[in-house]
Amino acid sequence: MISADIAIVLPEVFLAVYAMAALLYAVYTTKDKAAPALLWATAAVFAAVAIWIGLSGGPVQTAFGGAFVDDGFARFSKVVILLSASAVLLMSEGYLAKRDLLRFEYPVLIVLAVVGMMMMVSAGDLMALYMGLELQSLALYVVASLRRDSVKSTEAGLKYFVLGALSSGLLLYGASLTYGFAGTTLFSGIVQTAQGGQLPLGLLFGLAFIAAGLAFKVSAVPFHMWTPDVYEGSPTPVTAFFATAPKVAAMGLFARVVHDAFGGAVGDWSQIIALLSVASMFLGAIAAIGQTNIKRLMAYSSIAHMGFALMGLASGTEAGVQAMLIYMAIYVTMNIGTFAFIIGMEKDGRPVRDIRALSLYSKTDPTGALALLVLMFSLAGVPPMVGFFGKLSVLAAAVDGGLAWLAVAGVIASVIGAFYYLRIVYFMYFGEETEALDKNGSPILWIFLMGSAAAMVFGVFNLFGVDTAAALAAETLVR
Amino acid sequence: MEELLREYLPILIFLGLAIGLGLVLILAAVVLAVRNPDPEKVSAYECGFNAFDDARMKFDVRFYLVSILFIIFDLEIAFLFPWAVAFKDVGLLGFWSMMVFLAVLTIGFAYEWKKGALEWE
Repeated sequence: MISADIAIVLPEVFLAVYAMAALLYAVYTTKDKAAPALLWATAAVFAAVAIWIGLSGGPVQTAFGGAFVDDGFARFSKVVILLSASAVLLMSEGYLAKRDLLRFEYPVLIVLAVVGMMMMVSAGDLMALYMGLELQSLALYVVASLRRDSVKSTEAGLKYFVLGALSSGLLLYGASLTYGFAGTTLFSGIVQTAQGGQLPLGLLFGLAFIAAGLAFKVSAVPFHMWTPDVYEGSPTPVTAFFATAPKVAAMGLFARVVHDAFGGAVGDWSQIIALLSVASMFLGAIAAIGQTNIKRLMAYSSIAHMGFALMGLASGTEAGVQAMLIYMAIYVTMNIGTFAFIIGMEKDGRPVRDIRALSLYSKTDPTGALALLVLMFSLAGVPPMVGFFGKLSVLAAAVDGGLAWLAVAGVIASVIGAFYYLRIVYFMYFGEETEALDKNGSPILWIFLMGSAAAMVFGVFNLFGVDTAAALAAETLVR
Repeated sequence: MEELLREYLPILIFLGLAIGLGLVLILAAVVLAVRNPDPEKVSAYECGFNAFDDARMKFDVRFYLVSILFIIFDLEIAFLFPWAVAFKDVGLLGFWSMMVFLAVLTIGFAYEWKKGALEWE
């Protein structure tokens, strides 16, 4: 019996063993000199595990008495998480090595965070949920303050840690209420108590607190306060990581909790998520207007995007989950490209984060500027780009789910938000004459920037089949 | 709803009592105590001599590291003890679960040792 369970969690066990072996290998040999090789090996391992999970089909399996669920939804999320983590690792090498930050612990911590994320999207029990969440968060707190002699970076780590602890507290309070009223921590048990219309008052409180804790992790308004500071303070490749894989994992966990544990009370959680969604979209769109630091701007942008993804979830339907998954996959692809550009933004070898420094960048590097233009249009949701189709699918899901007002609010918010994306494009093409930025020299960053931009253009034909995969994934979650 | 709220009545009474009693004790000091402050009375007292410096002082972060490392292994013992007491009942699965846990912990220990976290200088 136990060997069958282990067989189901084999990818996670493999990654955990890999992380420990890598840690011991590096500390007993050349220490930080082993870091570049370790980083490449880790990226390759991520890609290999992504392929392994992507190709392993099969029915829904559960392990450890239902605490761990391996279904299409989990597999889809895991593939997105692993591939984005792999891409971000490759992008970070040059930047970190140049600033003497490339420690061998960095890839190891990323592996551990990814194992936590894989646990999160597979959680079938409140206990497994918390374990995955903490494994992810603890590793992320450390990488946030990777540049430990910088005040901003340590502040980012500390702020993330304190607010993360607060959110864990809220979540645990909700979990204990849920356990108290449902009599079980298993999602499949909770869903039976929550069946049949009226949710008991205690479970309703539990649901609200768990939703608040998870909203912290996806940085949805009003639980978003940490995001701009943490994004600004962390080293840029780490910010790129924060903006991609953990968001997918937290969103996957959110979908799993509301559908698997509270699937009988769609009306109750749909309101909560709709409120989070509309607040995030508007705050993300409006607060970013005043930002000149591109990392803070991307933080508000990610808040707004989380609002759109939550809109899909709020509809409470299978189409909604499918739209959310498509949106997250597109969002991650766009962000990898955009951060590949931001990591490469330098003047005389020093990083520049002010968006006004992009003035007339199109003259220095026409292809790079064009790629960023495509990505900005896609982030804003301008029609020919793939980003538009992501928005379209969540809006359609919201309208079909009877939340037309939310869809209207989303359209208004995306029009407001388009301003700051287009302002970056304006600076690049029509800005004032300033000292030009250096041309992006790193081939890896260039490949990711171009690849992501190309995906945003050529994906319009069939979204590379992501929508079909997302449909299959959503089908296994919403029954 | 009514039923549920009634179950919490003792807690409400307890909260009221705690807040009331606390307020009474604090306010009693304000109302009843004789106060006659002078500079010597309100300054910090440090056994026999003037205070050297501020009470908020920095101390070495290495103390913090040592205490964290201590807590990890202290908790390990707290975890091992009930396992050892119930050794007869936990079976083979329980035995190997603990071995895996100890192995993971040992890897952490080997790392911190090699990394030099146990050395003071």
